[in-house]
This record gives sequence, structure tokens and C-alpha cells, in this order.
Amino acid sequence: MPPARSWRAYPQVYRLEAARCKKCGKVSFPPRLVCNKCGEREFDRFNMKRTGKVVTHTIIRTPSDEFSGEAPFAVGVVEMDGGGRLTTQIADVSFDELKIGLPVQMEFRRLYTEGDAGVIHYGHKAVPIRQ
Amino acid sequence: MAVGIIGYGAHLPRRRIKVEEIAKVWGADAPSYKKGLELREKSVPALDEDTITLSVEATRNALARAGIDAKDIGAVYVGSESHPYAVKPSGVTVAEAIGATPDCHCADFEFACKAGSEGMFVAYGLVKAGLIKYGLGIGADTSQGAPGDALEYSAAAGAAAFIMGADDDRMIATIDDSYSFMTDTPDFWRREHQFYPSHGGRFTGEPAYFRTVTGAIKGMLEKSSMKPGDFKYVIFHQPNGKFPKRAGKQLGFNFEQIDVGRLVPTLGNTYSGASPLGLTAVLDVAEPGDRVLMCSYGSGAGSDAFVLTVKDRVREVRDLAPKTRWMLDENVTYLEYGEYAKLRRKIRLAAH
Amino acid sequence: MRDVAVIGVGMQKWGELWAKSARDIFVESALLAMDDAGVDKIDSMYVGCMAPGVFDAQEHLGSLMADYLGQRNIPSTRVESACASGGLAFRMAYMDVASGMHDIVLAGGVEKMTDISGSDATHALATAADMKWEGVSGVTFPGLYAMMAVAHMEKYGTTREQLAHVAVKNHDNGSMNSRAQFPMKITVDGVINSVKVADPLNILDCSPITDGAAAAILVPADMVKKFKKPGVKVTGSGHATDTIALHDREDLTTLAAVNAAAEQAYKMAGKGPSDMDFVEVHDCFTIAEIIVSESLGLFERGKGGPAAESGETSLTGRMPINPSGGLKSKGHPVGATGIAQVVEITEQLRGEGGPRQVKNARVALAQNMGGSGGSSVVHILEVM
Repeated sequence: MPPARSWRAYPQVYRLEAARCKKCGKVSFPPRLVCNKCGEREFDRFNMKRTGKVVTHTIIRTPSDEFSGEAPFAVGVVEMDGGGRLTTQIADVSFDELKIGLPVQMEFRRLYTEGDAGVIHYGHKAVPIRQ
Repeated sequence: MAVGIIGYGAHLPRRRIKVEEIAKVWGADAPSYKKGLELREKSVPALDEDTITLSVEATRNALARAGIDAKDIGAVYVGSESHPYAVKPSGVTVAEAIGATPDCHCADFEFACKAGSEGMFVAYGLVKAGLIKYGLGIGADTSQGAPGDALEYSAAAGAAAFIMGADDDRMIATIDDSYSFMTDTPDFWRREHQFYPSHGGRFTGEPAYFRTVTGAIKGMLEKSSMKPGDFKYVIFHQPNGKFPKRAGKQLGFNFEQIDVGRLVPTLGNTYSGASPLGLTAVLDVAEPGDRVLMCSYGSGAGSDAFVLTVKDRVREVRDLAPKTRWMLDENVTYLEYGEYAKLRRKIRLAAH
Repeated sequence: MRDVAVIGVGMQKWGELWAKSARDIFVESALLAMDDAGVDKIDSMYVGCMAPGVFDAQEHLGSLMADYLGQRNIPSTRVESACASGGLAFRMAYMDVASGMHDIVLAGGVEKMTDISGSDATHALATAADMKWEGVSGVTFPGLYAMMAVAHMEKYGTTREQLAHVAVKNHDNGSMNSRAQFPMKITVDGVINSVKVADPLNILDCSPITDGAAAAILVPADMVKKFKKPGVKVTGSGHATDTIALHDREDLTTLAAVNAAAEQAYKMAGKGPSDMDFVEVHDCFTIAEIIVSESLGLFERGKGGPAAESGETSLTGRMPINPSGGLKSKGHPVGATGIAQVVEITEQLRGEGGPRQVKNARVALAQNMGGSGGSSVVHILEVM
């Protein structure tokens, strides 16, 4: 991925910045210009909470090349506490504990690296909350 | 104006490897390594963890305890010998992730295992000088030891972050005094483009670690007119379990003073994170009024020493983030050497 | 709008066609369709193709295919809607004829997928997802459908065995299709014990990577008598979209775009789900056929799995699904798939289904889908 493409999304990938619709309250992650629930164009920007729950999940065993060294790895849709949904890897999880409703927190991780000489892309992955 | 720590946090990877598992591969005698190094296991970062990611998580824990707006942090310093890039700062990614940019000074420090205390020292100094409101000093590493080398048994990963400030109502521990001791002593190094470091074997001991650490602590005690008995806790740089015990004994500290901040037997040597992580473990249990002495060590060689006094606020904030001993002892998974070799990128992969 | 009919279809055997280029396979199928209709000149054409730039380092397929088909100078348009590109190309052709703009219009689809490695193909297909906000997690297409499967299993109790029954049934049908890429029969145990891809989906739950093309000729219904074969009338056409990212959907166990496209087509045809004699649906993964069968209204929500298990969807069941073998057995050259569904339906409604002929078939539905359900195209075809 060219550096500019990840750089322009740093507020979202680094700080989980989302937008809450001023009319209906729906959280858009990433922020949108038009609410996909009610059509409103006014939003409040905020950083999502870093805790949430797994909505659904899978284990990727045959990834594309960028992720080949990491397979098998868990991926899930996570609903953040306070609203907002995203698709994320679930790291540091044993596969038999994966389940719908699993409480997770978002941790800062490497998402992937462009070979040995390219840019390292950072962002968030979910990990199970154990404490 | 009292300046000190208003927020502290640690972060450790969850994976561990035992000394036996490494020794098995190289035909080494595990019991003698465990005894000689006083070290049983070490932390191992995942493929997606590095100095930057550990620093961000440690800082988030520090922010949770500080209760400040990250925008008020005027400096972010990351000390490490394993910065993910040779050229491109770690500090800006940490600053961006916590929301301290753009009104912020960032720099990366490197001084073998002393880089973390350097960041703390500079952040502390800038707050004391009145140049910034808050300063963030981080010690973090995902260090590599060459396969089969003695360092492979200890080179570990972890991060500790400290937010320095002058707010009385947020003060967790004041930094009352500091002293540094530096000489050119080539005991450990890594040249440009080399994957693993080299070291001087037994030369790393007496003329390097012990001379520097005892020099720094003696200087610190003399400068602050204090004696070992004045401290509840002392934290040394801890490349293995034995060195801090021996240095402490030489200087007149007892084992109880040393042991709370001595994490190395089950953590390994987290390099720039080592003594800073020891300090987080001490703050997790220290009581108001306790005096704490911390002394880092970085090969090459030098030590930074700090005298701290713990304040009442420590009781209010220590439960606001995971405690260091909890991260060290609970929630861990053990690796076999093959997985470890994969995670530490010791396996030669096909080119893409 | 004018009534529209299909008067010719063409398709060759699909598979790993090492010796043939994308233009070879497209032109061969297009010529079969033109010969089937008895035409050698067309007025306009549409080429469904998802990602020729990624798979084959070639864009501008509209001109390329018209040129090599010997139709230089006619309007020719490439249509892209991920794996629904073929279905959408058919709809564009339908609209072209229905509007009165053109009389003889070719709808074709093609994808040449096997020149690049399997992992590169996985990446190419993943571009149909939200690359920025889904792709960044490393999730693959099997992964997205697997997450729908997990949600469907949790909500409705759909079982691993029920998923396998979809694949077994489609291979049974495909074993009678000489054009299928994988015409072998498989077993439920075989599916469950095949290599894991994205839990709970195994390799035999997944449609393959395929080279292939298909084509159809559409004309105004009142012109049908001029051509060789009986026409099959297009009585319903629907097309709808949904969120590009799976995580933006409130309900992960249904496909809103499929439902909306089907409603449009049913309304236009004046028909309902129970009027269908059989359907060809987008079984890119076994779970997709189950959810699609529910979203089309063929079965109640949550009953798609039990229907597959009980044989209701087999060739001789109450509602045969995918007599062709579906994407699973026939293959899934993504841009061609939607057209191949029309090929199967046209042949069945003409009574040319051979050993897999659905008895007395007079009305059938084709459902084609892009991405994780971000787009869907539905057509209803009837005997004239």
C-alpha cells in the first residue's frame, strides 16, 4: 500500500476516530459524509472506546501473500462499546475460546509490513480481555 | 517546583519461552544457565509487536493513570535499541497514536539498555526547565540475541512509559535528584546492518556493568547525601538475575530492597525497558513516603540514577491500568523453539 | 419498454485453460451464442468482467472483445460489479434492448483467473470487499462468508453437515454437466474433512478459481420468430446494492441486496418465489446458497440449511437449486458466472437440459452476487 493511502487514515487506524450522526446517533467508522441510516450530513467526531464484543469470527488459514507468514489467524467483526463496528484480526487468542460475545480490547499492533524494505503499517487488533 | 512522575504504565507481550526450550536446541545445559543467569524464562513479542506497539500500549496505561489530555504532552521520547526503522522516528507514531501531535517534540534515543532512562531524564529536565507542561519518556525493546549465544536466553521484550509533570495533585512520585555516570567502555555493540549484537563476554561484567552501576549509585548517594538504608526499594538494570543482586550487595542494599523491582527471572532482559519496568512494578506496590532509587545501565557505557519519593496519589491511580506483575505472571502462553524462531524471524523465508 | 427474449446462448468447458487467453475463451463462447441464435452481426455488446487488470494485466475489454469478435465499431461496454459482473452485463443488455436503443445485443462474461498464483487470486478477489476497512485485517472472501456462516449457525442452528449437503448436491448436479470444471461427486464426510480454509468453511465449501466465459444473445421478443431457436422471455430484472463492508450490516445472516433485487424481479414478472420451477443461485460458498435461498424467499429464514439437508433443493426436490452444478462444481470465473446462469436456464427452459433436465420447467430465476453481498442481480426467465 502506498504510504499516502495509509497515512490519510491515521486518525481512524491509530485513534479509532469515528463520527456519530447528530440526528439518529448512528456511529460511522470510518467517518462518512452522509449517515447511511438516516441521510444526515452533520456528525460529531470522537474516538471510539477501545473495548467491545465479537459479533462474528473466523480463522483465516489460507491468506493472501501479505499475511502468509501469520496464518492461521483469527478475524472478527467487533462492535465497540458505545457504538461503531469494524473488521479486525483477533490476536493473542486461542482458537477454541473464539465465540460470539467474547469481550475484547483493541491493542496497537503492526497490521502488515511491505517486505523488508517498505513501510510498516500500524493500527489496531482486538485481543481478549482477561483481567 | 517539584517535578516527577504523574503517570506510569507498562506493557508486556503475552508469550514466553523457557530456558530449557532454548537450551534443548543448542545442546546447552539448562540447569547451569538457569543458575548462572538466575533466569527461568523470557518474554517474546508476537510478529505484530515491536518497540512502537509496546510503547503505545505502555503509554495508554500511563495516560489512564495520569488522567490528562494527551494534547498537553509536549515531548515524546522513545528509548530503544530495536527501533523498527533505521531511519524514521518511533516517537511520532507513538505521539500520533495517543493524540499528542502536532504540538509536540519527538525524538528517539539509543544507548543500548540505557535509552529508556535517557528519555525519562530529558522529559523530566524539560518539565523542570518549564519548557513543556508534560513530557513522556518510554523505554521499550524487542531485543534479539544471536541463536545459541548466551544473550538468546535473556533478550526479551517489554515497555514502560512515564509521564513527567509538575502538577502537585497528580504527582505519583517526585524525582528528587539524578546523577549520570558515563565512560567509553566497549562491552556490547551492534554495527550498522548487523542483525544481532556482539559483546565482550566477561568484559561486560566487572569493568563495564559493575564499575558503571556502582559509580552511578555512589555518585547519586553522595550528591543527594543519602545512604542505602534510606531507600525502601532500589531498581537496577537487570541483564540477568545475578547482576543486580551482586551490585546491590556490593553497595550495601539488602535483597528485600532489590527484589520487588527485579523482574528478570521470569521476564528476561528487556534492555531499554528493564529498569523502567522494574520501577513500574515498584510503583504498583509502593506506599506514600517510600524512597526509591533507580539506576539504569547501557553498554558503551553509562548509567542514569534517580532518587524518587512516592506520593499519596499512587494509591488512587495504580489500579487504573494493569499492574506489571500481573502482566508478568498471568495471562501468559509458552512457546516451543520453532514457534519462537518464526516469531523472531530467525527462519529464512522465500523472497516475495 | 419492449419485451425482451434470449435467442441464443454459448459456453465451453470451464477449468484451468492454460493454452487459451481471455480473448480466446470469450470469443469462442460468444461465437457459440451467435451461432445458436443464427446471427453474425450484433448491434451492441456488454462484457462482464471483474478484474482483468489484476488477473490478466489488461483493461479496456469492451473494445478488445468487440474487435476480436469481428464486431469492430459497435458500442461495446465492460460491466463490473465484482462477481455479479456477468449478471449485471446481462441486465445492461436487457435494458439496451428493452429501451429500443438496439435490437440484437450480446451479453457476455469472462474471467481468466489461473495465470496468477492462488494467493494472488485470493488478493484479487478480495478487492471486491472494502479493501481499506476489511482487507486491512487480512480477511479473505472465504473469511467473510465464514463469518456469515458463524452468525447463521449461532442464530438458526445451521449445522456443518447442512453446509456440506449444499456442496454434495451441487457436485451431483455438476457430474451431469459436461462443461463443469469439477464434475466429480463428493460426500458429506469428504467436505467436512477437506482442508480448512476459513472456519467453518473447508476447501470443498468453496467455489474454485476458474478460467471461463459465457455469452447470450438478447433481442426484442417480437423478433424471436426470425431466429433459429425458441426464445426464452426475460420477464423480471432486479438489481440492488448493500453496504460494501459486511460489518456495516445490522444483520449478518441475510443478504439485503439479494432480497431487494428479487423483489424487483418478482414484481416485474408478477410472480413469487413459489412460482419458480428451479433457480440458479450464486453459491460461491455453501453458506451463500443457504442464505440466498432464504433471501430469495424460497425458504423461511433459518430453513435454508434444513432444506439443503432434506433434499428439497436437489434436482428432484420441491425447489431444485443449481441444476448446472452451481459455482461450486461448474466453476466460478467471476465475470462469466452470471451469464452462465442464463445459459443454464435458457437451455433448461428449451428442454435441452439433458440428464439434469428439470421436469416441466417453465419459469426459473437467476441470482448473481458481488462481493459479500454488496450487489446482487436477479432475473426471471420464462418459456414463451
